[in-house]
Amino acid sequence: MAKKVRIPTPLRKLTNNEEVVEVKAETIGDAIVELQSRYPGIKERLVDDNGEVRRFVNVYVNEDDIRFLQNQQTPLKEGDEISIIPAIAGG
Amino acid sequence: MEKHEGFMRALKCRECGREYPLTANHVCEFDFGPLEVVYDYERIQRSLTRTAIQSRPKSMWRFRELLPVANEPTVGLQVGHTPLVKAERLAKRLGIRELWIKNDTVNYPSLSFKDRVVSVALSRAKELGFTTVACASTGNLANSVAANAASAGLKAYVFIPSDLEQGKILNSLIYGATVIGIKGHYDEVNRLCAEIAGKFGWAFVNVNMRPYYAEGSKSMGYEIMEQLGWQIPKHTVVCMASGSLLTKIQKSYQEFIKLGLVAETDYKIHGAQATGCSPISTAQKAGLDFFKPVKPNTIAKSLAIGTPADGFYALKVMKESGGAAEDVTDDEIRESIRLLAECEGIFAETAGGVTVGVAKKLIASGKISPDDSAVLCITGNGLKTMDAVNGHVGVPREIKPSLREFEALVGTEDKVVA
Repeated sequence: MAKKVRIPTPLRKLTNNEEVVEVKAETIGDAIVELQSRYPGIKERLVDDNGEVRRFVNVYVNEDDIRFLQNQQTPLKEGDEISIIPAIAGG
Repeated sequence: MEKHEGFMRALKCRECGREYPLTANHVCEFDFGPLEVVYDYERIQRSLTRTAIQSRPKSMWRFRELLPVANEPTVGLQVGHTPLVKAERLAKRLGIRELWIKNDTVNYPSLSFKDRVVSVALSRAKELGFTTVACASTGNLANSVAANAASAGLKAYVFIPSDLEQGKILNSLIYGATVIGIKGHYDEVNRLCAEIAGKFGWAFVNVNMRPYYAEGSKSMGYEIMEQLGWQIPKHTVVCMASGSLLTKIQKSYQEFIKLGLVAETDYKIHGAQATGCSPISTAQKAGLDFFKPVKPNTIAKSLAIGTPADGFYALKVMKESGGAAEDVTDDEIRESIRLLAECEGIFAETAGGVTVGVAKKLIASGKISPDDSAVLCITGNGLKTMDAVNGHVGVPREIKPSLREFEALVGTEDKVVA
């Protein structure tokens, strides 16, 4: 049950420059845990000390921001694409 | 890193304080916090005096030491120094003693405050060796990047939501920029651009150039203080999309205090949003220091950012300065555009309607005292968002070229000669 995670530039040092990695997790929260087990240090970049996604990190499942879904409980299915994007200034 | 960096010292994460070299980079790799330019204020203080400023050409670059370029600017030398208009008729209508309009509807060359940020971003992009520039935009930024890139001989790609106002689309195409319309909200345009920026090696003014870009907004605040006779206004009302402009206005006031260019006086900075996209004002009114993202639905498309990157900092600035936030409906926005036009002869875009409408509410509720003085930051020109008011401002009355028809139409009510 592969899902793709697109790794943003600031985190690629941790993934040996891999742009896209695959995970088997069933939720976003589990995907973060799975990423951490393979790329130690990545979790603390994404979540704060309280376990919440950091306020300048936006996580999307396909086109949708997880804050409009079920945050870290958002379920994942085969073929989903997860994007991790830093917040961006106005325009 | 020390050579040729002007008055800049480093980039620094606003969250954790880690420092980075002055490259095209906007995000801290440890916590994704935004990077900000750090200056050498001691050197700036020796160079930037009132006399020095007043001896320089009338553009935003008279505050050059506080703008993040290493050498002399090369793009947008005529930008800024827009009029600060004393708005006596509007003051009367809104019920306040004194009111000023900082009129960036006539900013050069693309008629919005975005020329300020773009002239910094493109000057810096050229210093860093880029030849292609790009942006994610709700319209005004796209216009400004397209226009300034054309005059600088840079290649431009602008990314906009595909449902923007015609005026904003044409105003990008005319300069020869490649315009990409994205079927989605600005937040989705932004997301795509973040991914493109990581891949294509362009200078994205509001992505990898953001630390430099955002600083350009401070020039609006510097000008307000100089034009008021070197003082900080008691109240400033600023519209909020990402919230960046509001935070940079405050930074400009703080920097002038620090440099001794103005006296430290009490000031409040108030934020304005459209009700159809009000994540920051909703949070402020609820007393929260974080916001909940929304999906925008408003005619104020230039402010339609549902996930405002600087929302958190904007809330902090309003809290610290004792400012308030409000939001106005689409109908209130149209009424306010008209009110500003009829009172002061200034045709603002929808965002300007938001600022005027919110000022009206804040004065009525006493959050801005009627005995005080306020500055409204009007950021863009109404000729670019005519779709928003078309059908709401009446139609011309048509007659044949006949005096009899004209007299029948208007009667004698406006006749002043017997």
